[in-house]
Amino acid sequence: MNWLTNFVRPKIRALVRKQDDRETLWEKCPSCGQMIFHRDLDAAMRVCPHCDHHMRLNARQRLEQLLDDGTIERIAVPDVPADPLKFRDVKKYTDRLKDARAKTSEDEAMVVASGTMNGLGIITCVQNFAFMGGSMGLAAGEAMLAGAERAVADSKPLIIFAAAGGARMQEGILSLMQMPRTTIAVEMVQEAGLPYIVVLTDPTTGGVTASYAMIGDIHIAEPGALIGFAGQRVIQDTIREKLPDGFQRAEYLLEHGMIDMVVHRHELRDTLSRIVDMMMNRDESRIIKSLAALPPAVDAPSEEKTDADDASDAAPVETDS
Amino acid sequence: MNSFLEFEKPLADIEGKLKELKHLAEDGDVDVSSEIAKLETRSDLLLRETYEDLGAWQKTQVARHADRPHYLDYVEGLIEDFTTLAGDRGFGEDKAILGGLGRFRGRSVMVIGQEKGSNTTDRIKHNFGMAQPEGYRKAVRLMKLAEKNNIPVITFVDTAGAHPGIEAEERGQAEAIARSIDTGLSLKVPFISIVIGEGGSGGAIALAAGNTVLMLEHAIYSVITPEGCASILWRSGDKARDAAEAMKLTAQDLLELGVIDKIIKEPLGGAHRGAAETITATGDALAEALDNLVEKDGETLRLERRQKFLDMGRAGIA
Ligand SMILES: [Zn+2]
Repeated sequence: MNWLTNFVRPKIRALVRKQDDRETLWEKCPSCGQMIFHRDLDAAMRVCPHCDHHMRLNARQRLEQLLDDGTIERIAVPDVPADPLKFRDVKKYTDRLKDARAKTSEDEAMVVASGTMNGLGIITCVQNFAFMGGSMGLAAGEAMLAGAERAVADSKPLIIFAAAGGARMQEGILSLMQMPRTTIAVEMVQEAGLPYIVVLTDPTTGGVTASYAMIGDIHIAEPGALIGFAGQRVIQDTIREKLPDGFQRAEYLLEHGMIDMVVHRHELRDTLSRIVDMMMNRDESRIIKSLAALPPAVDAPSEEKTDADDASDAAPVETDS
Repeated sequence: MNSFLEFEKPLADIEGKLKELKHLAEDGDVDVSSEIAKLETRSDLLLRETYEDLGAWQKTQVARHADRPHYLDYVEGLIEDFTTLAGDRGFGEDKAILGGLGRFRGRSVMVIGQEKGSNTTDRIKHNFGMAQPEGYRKAVRLMKLAEKNNIPVITFVDTAGAHPGIEAEERGQAEAIARSIDTGLSLKVPFISIVIGEGGSGGAIALAAGNTVLMLEHAIYSVITPEGCASILWRSGDKARDAAEAMKLTAQDLLELGVIDKIIKEPLGGAHRGAAETITATGDALAEALDNLVEKDGETLRLERRQKFLDMGRAGIA
């Protein structure tokens, strides 16, 4: 810590904040509140260079981070009956769907793709929290099944990225039925002797956790991700006690034996590659690291430094680039 | 019947008049038999009219009625030589999910179900039918035991949901439920699930991935309680009635959606007005469902069950 970082830099930041183009060029870290230049944030895989907070990714960002450049092939998901219950709360379900589609440019909350990861062929299902909270309905069920069927057909591992507030309540009991249906998808992959790996991202709660997200061969979580079955407010209303620190966070689940590891996003791709490569139990490794989609510009947040600043201080200046 | 539900008020009024009349008749020499007969006819008619057309919210109340037969009543009424099996072999014995071996109309069966309890002491003992992870892990253990011995599995579903709590989360409530669904789907023995009261959310489907899913006429089965749905989507718990209607959680709705296979009729005025009759009707439906499954080999049972869930929602919905 020095005078420069403690006093001058915050002033510079304050000046920057007053400008109007920050909406498009700068993003505020929801954890530490620092503004981050969008290019820096993308280069850091949307991990805050100041506090290491792992920001939520949409499906497209996740696929781009995971798969080798130019190998992403989206797998079509069969159509499902739209609004089977003709559901309406304060808003029509069909309108909510329309809004979510306009906002995310995606058809539904789960995207399925095939591609290579460090040269290894995989199938992946990515849940998009931005689409109606990633909620699991008929479409998510079909997406998981499409991913599983493709994994089995191509003899490839299935890696899923879970992110959901829970069930799609607007599909009523049919959303609950996606718990057994997605479980069947997992069984198909596991019966074929293929790796099924779950990456739990922020947040993964409710019926999603209580089905395909908790029966992986291996469970990996991103740091700080909220993962649980019951919502914190529901628990608090039931027990009327303060929840323990870090309750239902990735590190807490690791401590309680529910997941295998917490992996920093910068190491996620290589960790997944290593695990998949070994689980496929071939004679020799087939990892080709030169195919990496993103240059390893940032291995750890402390190396993000662009100036010759105090290396122990995790507060690089947003304004230099 | 002493505890009337809110929508049964008119019925309660007649019932009160009847009681009063009978009391008067005992006291004096007045002959009130014709008045009593008239009131009884009116009461029957009103009961019939009320129960013929129950709304989703009314059914929610009936499904949760304290006097409705619960898991232990079914076990007592239908299962001979019932032998309780306890414990998950890892952490503890959960009393919200009970299970054991028994004989149903001559056949060995494994019975598992949620018990809500019928009085305050029992309700606390059974945690209102809301299981901890150990309850689901015990269910998994019993299902696997049944499979090893080629014994059919019968589950009675009656829960508002799995218990929400700190310890439940720490010990992997989500994993326990997921594993229970997975185990149920994988069984190579006949597996029949009966929703007898409230089928609430993941805590219910954990025990309900059966080859055949039966449901009582006034039971409910939903992804979340109407109260929970109302507070999330309407941002007001007062809208539970609207949420109940919108969610399509009645047995009649679920049969139409292809989620359940058959409705078990309840006596006039609901299961709480005729427990014995309800239990017998459930036994008959169960026997019929079992007869349809026992001849099939294990792999067929597993694949048919899987296909049934895969088909769900794919066809038959306009
Ligand atoms: Zn930050």
